[in-house]
Amino acid sequence: MKSSWKIFWSVVIGVPIIIFAAWALWDNTRLFAITFLNGMTLASLYFIVAAGFTLVFGLMRNVNLAHGSLYLLGGYLGFFVAQYSGSFVLALAAGFGVAALAGLAMQLGIFRFMQGQDLRQTMVTIALSIVIADLLMWAIGAQVHQLEPPAWLNGPIRDIPVIRAYSSYRLSLLPIGIVIGIALWLFLNRTRVGMMIRAGVDDRGMLAASGVNVNLVFAVTFAIGAGLAGLGGVIGAVELSMVPGEDTRLLLASLIVVIVGGMGSVVGAALGAIILGLAETYGLAYAPTYSVVFTFVILTLVLAFRPRGILGRPA
Amino acid sequence: MNSGSGRAAMLARPVAVPLTPPDASAFDLSGLWKHISFRHVVVLLIVLAFPAFASPFFTYQIGAQSLALGLIAMSLTFLGGYGGMVSLAQMTVAGIAGYTVAILGTSAVAEISLKWPWWVGVPFALLIATAAASFIGWLSVRTEGIYTIMITLAVGVAFYYLCLQNYSVFNGFQGFQQVYAPTVAGINFREPLPFYYLALFWSLAGYFFVKYLLRTPFGIALQGIRDNPRRMNALGFNVTAHRVAAYAVAGLMAGVGGVLFSWYNGLVTPGSVGTSWMINILVIAVLGGMRHPIGAYLGAVVFVLLQTFAIDMIDRERFNLVIGVVFLAIVLFSPDGLLGWWAGVRSRFQTSKFSPRGGFR
Repeated sequence: MKSSWKIFWSVVIGVPIIIFAAWALWDNTRLFAITFLNGMTLASLYFIVAAGFTLVFGLMRNVNLAHGSLYLLGGYLGFFVAQYSGSFVLALAAGFGVAALAGLAMQLGIFRFMQGQDLRQTMVTIALSIVIADLLMWAIGAQVHQLEPPAWLNGPIRDIPVIRAYSSYRLSLLPIGIVIGIALWLFLNRTRVGMMIRAGVDDRGMLAASGVNVNLVFAVTFAIGAGLAGLGGVIGAVELSMVPGEDTRLLLASLIVVIVGGMGSVVGAALGAIILGLAETYGLAYAPTYSVVFTFVILTLVLAFRPRGILGRPA
Repeated sequence: MNSGSGRAAMLARPVAVPLTPPDASAFDLSGLWKHISFRHVVVLLIVLAFPAFASPFFTYQIGAQSLALGLIAMSLTFLGGYGGMVSLAQMTVAGIAGYTVAILGTSAVAEISLKWPWWVGVPFALLIATAAASFIGWLSVRTEGIYTIMITLAVGVAFYYLCLQNYSVFNGFQGFQQVYAPTVAGINFREPLPFYYLALFWSLAGYFFVKYLLRTPFGIALQGIRDNPRRMNALGFNVTAHRVAAYAVAGLMAGVGGVLFSWYNGLVTPGSVGTSWMINILVIAVLGGMRHPIGAYLGAVVFVLLQTFAIDMIDRERFNLVIGVVFLAIVLFSPDGLLGWWAGVRSRFQTSKFSPRGGFR
């Protein structure tokens, strides 16, 4: 795209956003600020879940549509662990662990045997998502499971300028998201396994030819990606709630985050999560019955001008 | 069915003159008979005579429902099997047609429905469905292959949430009740028998339309694009335009199926465009097999029978489990669906002239 077009489109897209932000700030500063925080904390959850999705997709070209079901699985297990042990940290570990194990089982039991058949793998994940969602509903039921935040994060933080009070649990999601993002970045960029994963994203065949056990790398990646979904599930069990149907919601969020941000890129997932999280919460706050339209408009604009996502590279 | 060599030969001259178009003026019976074999006559007689020996319940719940779902699934077979684009948004397109009929026509929601007569509302619904499908196609053909399924799923789920959240146009969670088929020339299409024949007519029309379309230069170019888009591009074909056109055609068929399906149910709700139904259409198409348009109807019959009877044996609530396990089994063990399984069985007993194509495309 020519630079003059770039300027034209940034004006067309940017000016209405700036005008809206200026109007909203003038109209009700507190609402605007709280919505901003809500958007960023929601983005944090979306990032954790979508990072796993994009990790798996980037390396294996496997669109894991059972990702939402893994989120639900981790969330439910975290809920029960937290109830019986009373420890939120243990619940986080359990949620990560069970989803990672489920992902490992999927990779070792099924996907290993259909390498390179993208569409077939995706269909298997669809079938698995139906089965897992229904088994969970059978075992746990359709009622809402809402996890209480741990005692040390319960209650609001007071005396913040402008917004006065804000839930300390929600606020803590921001550092959690940032820490997970940095940890993931360090893992991918500074460790040997991360190096293998990045090499696998670029050229699977060459990685195998240089003597790396690609199947092992795939299994580790799938376990981490699935585990992040489970971890997100435990966090989401407090922030949102656990109920059948949440799997679809988080799957949609993951899909849009990676489509907007760029597939297979962790930084792109962070960018996409922030855009989606802000769009969704501002939509809900200012135009409740049309909020999903904003999401859709963003999706359309990105696909129209950057079909591979904002940070996506040609495959 | 196109054998591999036949398709290659046709590809060599992509502007090959198609068979005589099936319009009334150029109806060449001698040419037509060549394509009709014994099994076609048998199947046609069975579907025509089906209501005579089936109860109204079977005619309506099994027969008409299978035909309506089969038509929607066939639009996916056309896109996926022949265009190489597996779209999960076909039920969304069908749902858009259903919602349009409910909004423009009559329904229980008097304050939204505009009460237009059916002969205005239904063409309008098909127009909007086709336009929506073209738009979805335009969005998703910008990327290729596995991305298609993600983008169409995202679009479909976004539409589901829009229907769920919006009350001024889509009436939110409730949707539209009492969306009934009209009475035309004294025939009440709400009755099982007329509705069955209505669904049968449009299913046959759609089936033969696809069969015809696949032999036209457009259809052959589309199959060429499925097999090798870069080569087709180099040959001077506009790959994007062909793909978007395929979405539009599939959208029209899904729209017809969607109108029929909402008349069959008598309602349109967000649930009917939710993920489970979007996936069910994929299940139907894959269950039957995407190698031939008939697979969609085969899959629809099996799906509807499962939906109606298998749940009596297990638990009514566990239908999703049954369909999930069946889908899993099909994808794992017979990727070409029931048609592929049948071809495998047949080739074991006789040397078939068709070699089964492995895997999905």
